[in-house]
Amino acid sequence: MATAASPPRKLVRRFTRTERALHWVHASAFFLLLGSGLVLYVPALSEAVARRQTVKAVHIYTAIAWLVLIVAVVVLGDRRALRQTAHELDVFDRDDRLWLRGRRRPQGRFNAGQKLNAALTASFALLFAVSGSLLWLGERDTRFRWASTVMLHDGLMFISIFLVLGHLYLALIHPTTRQALRGMTLGTVDAKWAERHHQKWAAEVEPPSE
Amino acid sequence: MDMEHEVPPLKPRANDERYYGRGTFLGVTGLGLSSLLWGAPVWNALKGITKPISSAAQSIGVVPDGWRIYTIASTMPRFDPQSWRLRISGLVDTPLELTYKELLALPRTETVADFHCVTGWSVSNVHWAGVRFDDLLAAAGLKPQAHALTFISAEKPYVDSLTLQQLRLPQVMLAYEMDGKPLTRAHGAPVRVVIPEMYGYKNTKWVEEIVAAPAAIAGYWEQNGYDVDAWVGRSNGYSS
Repeated sequence: MATAASPPRKLVRRFTRTERALHWVHASAFFLLLGSGLVLYVPALSEAVARRQTVKAVHIYTAIAWLVLIVAVVVLGDRRALRQTAHELDVFDRDDRLWLRGRRRPQGRFNAGQKLNAALTASFALLFAVSGSLLWLGERDTRFRWASTVMLHDGLMFISIFLVLGHLYLALIHPTTRQALRGMTLGTVDAKWAERHHQKWAAEVEPPSE
Repeated sequence: MDMEHEVPPLKPRANDERYYGRGTFLGVTGLGLSSLLWGAPVWNALKGITKPISSAAQSIGVVPDGWRIYTIASTMPRFDPQSWRLRISGLVDTPLELTYKELLALPRTETVADFHCVTGWSVSNVHWAGVRFDDLLAAAGLKPQAHALTFISAEKPYVDSLTLQQLRLPQVMLAYEMDGKPLTRAHGAPVRVVIPEMYGYKNTKWVEEIVAAPAAIAGYWEQNGYDVDAWVGRSNGYSS
């Protein structure tokens, strides 16, 4: 927390509004889907909440809203920034590969762990959507009713809970990473922090002129 | 990772970049999609290994006990042992109303069976206790025109029916106990149909009236496209 006496700190821009919108659309939808999904799945919650048809409707309409909003953000937003971010998340250089093996190597705008998390998140979103659509279709047409669909959907849920708990820990609690949170809320991060943890990126970017 | 800044970057060299991002995405997505083909058989084959882990996790309440509670109405029916009655009507000589006590006094039957849901999940070795339908209907007396029973649930508008022939399969009963305890509210208290040979939606919960009828009718889920004869593994698009 900055006090009144501390000198103004230098900030650098890490995320555009498009990237932040994408993140928060996904995050909000994830927690609504997780909450409603757990009510449908965990017997004690099913019994306490009942109203299964309403909860199911919340689950399905949240999924539809998620898809519509994701597409809207991509179509209406800064697609160049998204392409650039996707590229940065995709590419692992030698420093990244060493970092993954536990070595302290300078990192770009995203460290190698964040890159892997992004790839997993994207993959899980697609798999959730496919298996969820199959569950929905399977209720209507036996050709789409496969015994393994529900296992995929449940398995993704269990793994996602661990991933999101790790993500929340790093974003909210862990001292050296939690400063990244303001990057995802306000768009900017502390320049000193960027130099320490995202050295190669910090060397490239100029502080925003404000 | 606090000292990252003290390490100089490596000199770039040719072919330094690897596309692990898309590799991870495509690999995990491919694994996930292919699991639609192998997920259930592999999981079932591994049950011997996973069972101790999952029952340990279930006993400390981390994961559900394998059941999913499917309901169609906004609240689950509540069972009051004093006022509850089971009505037996339709093509019978003597329509009846049984109290919970009278039901428990009828000859008791027990069985252990796997429960299968049409959506793909199963619960192994469920211990049921209840009343065989021939014993239940003895006092009412079926008319010769009766060939099926329709079960009306206290959860409106859930209904389903089974033919008398199906009801005489050896494990079929009107159950009032599950795993040694009276049926809980979520599982259909006080009584539900148990026919392990068929998917769960034929196992009507919260039964409050049994109507003897000339033929089976299309029940709640059957009106939504599910098979009337819901044999496990050979109905609703499954074949084994």
